[in-house]
Amino acid sequence: MSGLSIDNLSMRFDLPNGTSVQALKDVSLKLAEGELMSVLGPSGCGKTTLLNIVAGFLAPTEGQITLNGHLVKGPDAERGMVFQQGALFEWMDVRDNVSFGPRMAGKRERDWGQHVDHLLDVVGLRDFKEKAVYELSGGMQQRVALARCLANDPDVILMDEPLGALDALTREKMQGLVLKLWKETGKTIILITHSVEEALLLGERLLVMAPRPGRIHREYRLPFADMGVNADLREVKKHPDFGEKREEILGMIWDMEEEIMGRAEESA
Amino acid sequence: MIVFAIYIAIFVVSFVVVKFVVHKTVTDYTSLKTVTFGDESAVTPNRIASVISVLSIFLLWGAFTGSSYVPGFLHAPGPFIGDATFTYTAEAEGQAPDDATVTVRVFEVGTDVDDPEVAPGEGWAKNDVDTVGAWRSGLIRVDRNDEFGRDEGHTVVAVNGEAIAPGQSVQTEFGRVGMSPKGTLNFEPAKGWQMEPIWLPPPEAVLARLGEIASEGYRDSTLWEHLGYSLFRVIVGFFFGALVGIPLGYAMGLSNWFRGWFDPIVEFMRPVPPLALIPLVIIWAGIGEVGKIILLFLAALWIMAIAARAGVSGVAIAKVHAAYSLGASKFQIMRHVIVPNSLPEIFTGARVAMGVCWGTVVAAELVAAEKGAGMMIMVASKFQLTDIVIMGIILIGVIGFGIDILMRMAEKALVPWKGRV
Repeated sequence: MSGLSIDNLSMRFDLPNGTSVQALKDVSLKLAEGELMSVLGPSGCGKTTLLNIVAGFLAPTEGQITLNGHLVKGPDAERGMVFQQGALFEWMDVRDNVSFGPRMAGKRERDWGQHVDHLLDVVGLRDFKEKAVYELSGGMQQRVALARCLANDPDVILMDEPLGALDALTREKMQGLVLKLWKETGKTIILITHSVEEALLLGERLLVMAPRPGRIHREYRLPFADMGVNADLREVKKHPDFGEKREEILGMIWDMEEEIMGRAEESA
Repeated sequence: MIVFAIYIAIFVVSFVVVKFVVHKTVTDYTSLKTVTFGDESAVTPNRIASVISVLSIFLLWGAFTGSSYVPGFLHAPGPFIGDATFTYTAEAEGQAPDDATVTVRVFEVGTDVDDPEVAPGEGWAKNDVDTVGAWRSGLIRVDRNDEFGRDEGHTVVAVNGEAIAPGQSVQTEFGRVGMSPKGTLNFEPAKGWQMEPIWLPPPEAVLARLGEIASEGYRDSTLWEHLGYSLFRVIVGFFFGALVGIPLGYAMGLSNWFRGWFDPIVEFMRPVPPLALIPLVIIWAGIGEVGKIILLFLAALWIMAIAARAGVSGVAIAKVHAAYSLGASKFQIMRHVIVPNSLPEIFTGARVAMGVCWGTVVAAELVAAEKGAGMMIMVASKFQLTDIVIMGIILIGVIGFGIDILMRMAEKALVPWKGRV
């Protein structure tokens, strides 16, 4: 079967002082090919842990992940990752960064050259090919990271707060770019974010997670990503349903945060 | 003290002059930054100050050594040169006290000089003559030519009319006249404020010595051989230190076993100054090239190992994860991510190691060597050839500075992203 399947995933971290933290408990979900799912939740709900397990950087304590019918064991080029920041290679120029995946696979430039140049066009960095990445602004660096991930043609793209370090205006532009790339390439995407608005705008599906232990709290199917592909994102935000959903989810996350605070006070 | 006071005066005066005359028109916002703590960018070196600073050091050097490069009116008062005179009053048994004059010709050391000629004068005490070199002193037996010698109880009781006894002294306009415990007069001409060449030679003497040693050599080797040997030892020692230290640091950064095995050794050897190893290295390997290179190898080894270890440990885990999820193998991550990522740290280590090696080689040559910059100044100091010592110190400083500049240029060319991530 195609698509990504996460079954009964649990993750427990043993701390040096003998106690342990249950970061994830019984997380199960299925993602069809080409779906974009955003993941929201208060800090400590295990969303980054979930992404790291899917990427193969962490082995789960229990449960398993299957992608297109085979078991996930460790990192692989079929699952690309975009980090918040700082994951570009400063010793390479923009084009070498973007072509890193194909080059490591031992492909020749005639096989990847056109594709890489096309991706640089798509993310608007055609004139910055030869630039060093540390000379670029934060938004441009994230566009390099997106292009680098796409150049490898992965089946699933995992994004760990990819726009979290950007200013509001750049962030809005980048949200449009992510939607456009998603529609054009048809990739399966999991996107972690702290911003409720971003989760609503980009997520075809939206997962709200709850902390201690990290688990799925609620799941939504949303129309806004499809609307955003063809319309201005600001128009989408004006939609009455958008505001309603935003208030609902914000309230939900606030309740969780307050519960954490309350528990912390009790134990103190 | 006088030199220090003059130095401070030059500092203050040039600051005031530059500030109020040259930079009168500066009105940008930097001039409003009165508090610069924590804002390092607000303080940049004033190049005018740097130039004046270097010039004033040479000016003071020249002025206090009577250099011909410095115009005469700037010279500090020199030692007295010429004929000095003072009178003494002598007594002898059964004789009335009598006065006589002593004429001392003070000459520059190194020139030939004759005794001044004076008439013997009247009375039983006769006038005396003698010669003394500048900055030196001389005993003057004034009783020798007098009619009554020490056997008749000849004693000097006053100089220039001031009473004097053994252990005391009288200050005259030409210098100090003292009296030894046995009653002999001791004349010390006024020294002025200048330094004697054997303590501090003037700049032109150092320069002349540089020319002489550059063309004729010193101790069977030319100047370039001495400096070349020192540099050669540093480069070879550093090369082998880096050759072993960098892979060792990588291994320590990547493997628990290597880290555990070498941690105690590296952490113990790091605080041991390389100079403390000199005696052991001489016992084991002698004073030849092998011993020097082993010493410099040990000096560079730990610094490079620690730098490489820090470079590996400092790689952001996101970069390694990114490379993994782009399909890179472990070897490719090592080659394309971990090694380039550690280069800035390794360059920092290399700069430190080169500096330490240069200092260590000079020190090792001071202890024992047949050739080298350190050996040159050590041998020269034993013969009080201060000009060679000063020349050597300046050359050692210039070369050390040059090494650091070269390393910085290499760093800029090879790891341009350093400090910009």
